Amino acid sequence: MSIALVRLDDRLVHGQVVVGWGRAIGADRIVLVDDAIAVSDWEKDLYRTGVPPGMEIEFASIADAANGGLRRWESDRARTMVLVGNVEALVRLCDAGGEVIRRVNLGGVHGGAERTRRLPYVFLSDAELDALRGIAAAGVVVEAQDVPTATAVPLADLA
Amino acid sequence: MAHDRLAQALVDAVGEISGERDALVAVSNVGCGRDTLADAIRDAVAGRPAVVFVDLPSGSCLQATAAYVRSRPDIAVVAGVNLAMLLDFLYHRDGTPAQAAARALQTGGRSIRLWPS
Repeated sequence: MSIALVRLDDRLVHGQVVVGWGRAIGADRIVLVDDAIAVSDWEKDLYRTGVPPGMEIEFASIADAANGGLRRWESDRARTMVLVGNVEALVRLCDAGGEVIRRVNLGGVHGGAERTRRLPYVFLSDAELDALRGIAAAGVVVEAQDVPTATAVPLADLA
Repeated sequence: MAHDRLAQALVDAVGEISGERDALVAVSNVGCGRDTLADAIRDAVAGRPAVVFVDLPSGSCLQATAAYVRSRPDIAVVAGVNLAMLLDFLYHRDGTPAQAAARALQTGGRSIRLWPS
C-alpha cells in the first residue's frame, strides 16, 4: 500500500508533518487535498516551500481525490501522505475513498467556535465529533496522534 | 513568530542584552491553527508597519505570516531569525520595513560562522 498516512492537520504542511511523520513513514510525496488551495497558485507556491528536497507535493481537490486520485496514490510506488485541513474535508474524503482509506490520523485541530478541548492539539465541536464517529462506524480507524513518538489516542477516548 | 516558546526566549534575550524591552513582540504558534495564527500576527502588528521575523524558512509560522502580509505591503518578513539580526534590528529601524528586513538578512547571515574558521 502506498498511502502510508491520511492526516487531518489544520496547519497543513509544517514541521510535524514533514519532519516528524515524513521521516517516520518514509514519505516520498505529500498530497494536500483542499478545494481552495487546489485552485490557488500563490497558496500552492507557499506550501511548496515547506517540502524538503526529495519529497514531492501534489495538490488536489476532494473531487480529484474521489475521481481516481486516491486509487492512483494507493497503487503508486511512492509512499504518500494525504493531508486535509478540517473535519469536513476528512469526512468527504473518507466518503469518497471507499476501501482505500482504512485509518486516519487526527494530528492537529485547534481552537475555534463551539469547539471543546479533547487533547492539547485536538479541539472539536460536538458536530465534528459526531462526524468522525460516522466515519469510524463505516469501518475507518480514527486515532489522534500529533507526532510519531506519541501514543495514539482512539476516537472513543476523545469524548 | 516562532514555534513553542522560541519567540519569547529571543525577545527576552534581546531585552537582557540591550535593555530594550518594548521593540519586539513575541508570537507563539502553540495552540494555533492557520486562522488563529493569522489572528495572532494581526494582533501583534496592530496596524503598524512592521518586520515579522519567523523562525523557519518554511512551515506553519511562515505560511500564516506570508498569507497575512499579502494584504499588507507595509510589512516585510524575514525567515530564519537569529539573535544577532534582532539585536542589530533594534538600532536600525529608521528606514522602511523592507530596508530593515534586507539589513537583517545580511546581518543574520554574517553572524553564522565556523569557529575556528
